Amino acid sequence: MIEIRFHGRGGQGTVVASKILADAIAKEGNWVQAYPEFGVERRGSPVVAFIRIDDKQIFDKSRIYTPDHVVVVDPTLVEAVDVTVGLKPGGTIIINSDRGPDHFPFEGRFKVRTIDATAIAVKHKLGSMAAPIVNTAIVGAVIKILGLTRLDSLTQAIRDGISIKPDDNVKAAEEAFEQA
Amino acid sequence: MKKVIMGNHALSYGAMLSRAQVISAYPITPQTQVVELLSEMCADGSLAAEFIKVESEHSAMASCIGASVAGARAFTATSSQGLALMHEMLHWAAGGRHPIVMGNVNRSMAPGWSIWADQNDSLSQRDTGWMQFYCASNQEVVDTVIQAFKVSERLMIPAMVILDAFALSHTYEVVDVPDQALVDKFLPPFKPAIKLTPADPRAFGGLTGSEHYMELRYKLQKDMEKAPALIEETGREYEKLFGRRLELVDAYLCDDAEFLFVTSGTAGYTARVAVDELRKSGVKAGNLRIKVFRPFPFAEIRGILKKVKKAAVVDRNCSYGAGGIFYQEVKSGLYGIAGMPPVLGYIAGLGGRDITVDSFKEVAAHAMARDHADEEIVWIGVKK
Repeated sequence: MIEIRFHGRGGQGTVVASKILADAIAKEGNWVQAYPEFGVERRGSPVVAFIRIDDKQIFDKSRIYTPDHVVVVDPTLVEAVDVTVGLKPGGTIIINSDRGPDHFPFEGRFKVRTIDATAIAVKHKLGSMAAPIVNTAIVGAVIKILGLTRLDSLTQAIRDGISIKPDDNVKAAEEAFEQA
Repeated sequence: MKKVIMGNHALSYGAMLSRAQVISAYPITPQTQVVELLSEMCADGSLAAEFIKVESEHSAMASCIGASVAGARAFTATSSQGLALMHEMLHWAAGGRHPIVMGNVNRSMAPGWSIWADQNDSLSQRDTGWMQFYCASNQEVVDTVIQAFKVSERLMIPAMVILDAFALSHTYEVVDVPDQALVDKFLPPFKPAIKLTPADPRAFGGLTGSEHYMELRYKLQKDMEKAPALIEETGREYEKLFGRRLELVDAYLCDDAEFLFVTSGTAGYTARVAVDELRKSGVKAGNLRIKVFRPFPFAEIRGILKKVKKAAVVDRNCSYGAGGIFYQEVKSGLYGIAGMPPVLGYIAGLGGRDITVDSFKEVAAHAMARDHADEEIVWIGVKK
């Protein structure tokens, strides 16, 4: 079983990112459970979303406390919250950032990978310059780095699940997949 | 077709596939998406139902009763305070024998104001005469709605399909959404023997004197007694078409078990993981998940418990002044019968506090260290 926690800010599409990833995983016949933080969320405030993946039915309905990997959708969160809480030693932290992994203080304890999902989202005019929607780009990188699904499963999940600018979202995911 | 959907939408799909004809509901967190999707389905024509916007849950149930008495298949959904506001109408629906199916998202009763899961909302409606089905996965939610309509309409008794707040309502899972043509084969249109129609005028719900009332209630109880066999039969029929079925209890590794968890809802799935881990450490554990609370499956529970050495009932609810409600019911079913094991009662997870695999291991360690219950309630994970 693989457990992943997403850190983002309300309005960035973090919950949608976990849902799209769940769809892509299910397309390949695996079992998946994705859920947002249990409660209420506000635009701009830190939010988390979770996903469990397995090749058999998932019976554990409790929350995820010790994820294998963490995805940081908004790089400012690295300073705002402890994104490593419960993260298993040696786990991967994937950060949306234009900086290299050595810029972040986790090297040595965890594997750090960065992807400039913001630049990709801006290039494909997803969201606005001030508030780009980076979720499809970040998921494109996540499936490559963690080896979760094929790219075509993700692009199909995006086409099925995102009604606004599906082509541009697919291009963003493909570009992030290539870059990662 | 396999889809990744949230538990709330599993309720909506269940109502759509059952071809509900009247949807009357009032939105309440954490049930809102049930009503949102159903209203979209009614608006875009994918569900040919009358969608009634109402000003309260009391009116939602009242209009479902009106629809049902007029011969329509009626569906609604609610949660917690909304269910409590329906209370009077719940008695009316069951007493009037209107086979409405309702989704209820288990949410704690206020105060303190809470939107998180426990079972006190639905269990407070224990004596209204509704059947109650507790689900542990989104797959069970969609399947149970469809089967609940069939059982309800055969018995003319309404049914609640119950799912935990957030752990199911807002959690996305892989669901094999049943094929509409097969559902149509399984669930014929609702055709009550009598209904409210100008062509055949009748009065419903009139004054009933003491010379008749008791017989109406006797019949309700007698029909409830038919429900366990009908639920199992309906489940087997469903299984032939879909490969899954509604059943009274889900007995996981109970045959050779010495120690049993007795559970319900999503905690009843997490308990399976604890059972697997306990078995790896040499404890012959099992899990008896109660899926149907009304009618209470006394015979099935007795049949399984008589084979074990000890059982621990884990309740996500409390009848204040008595204890865990499933615990009280299980014990009452064993009273006076020789050869039954000691049964201990635990309360966990109120107000959405998580029930984890470790919670179950704590229960097991406590229960296995005792020959009998030395207190009525053992609290798990409470700050005393």
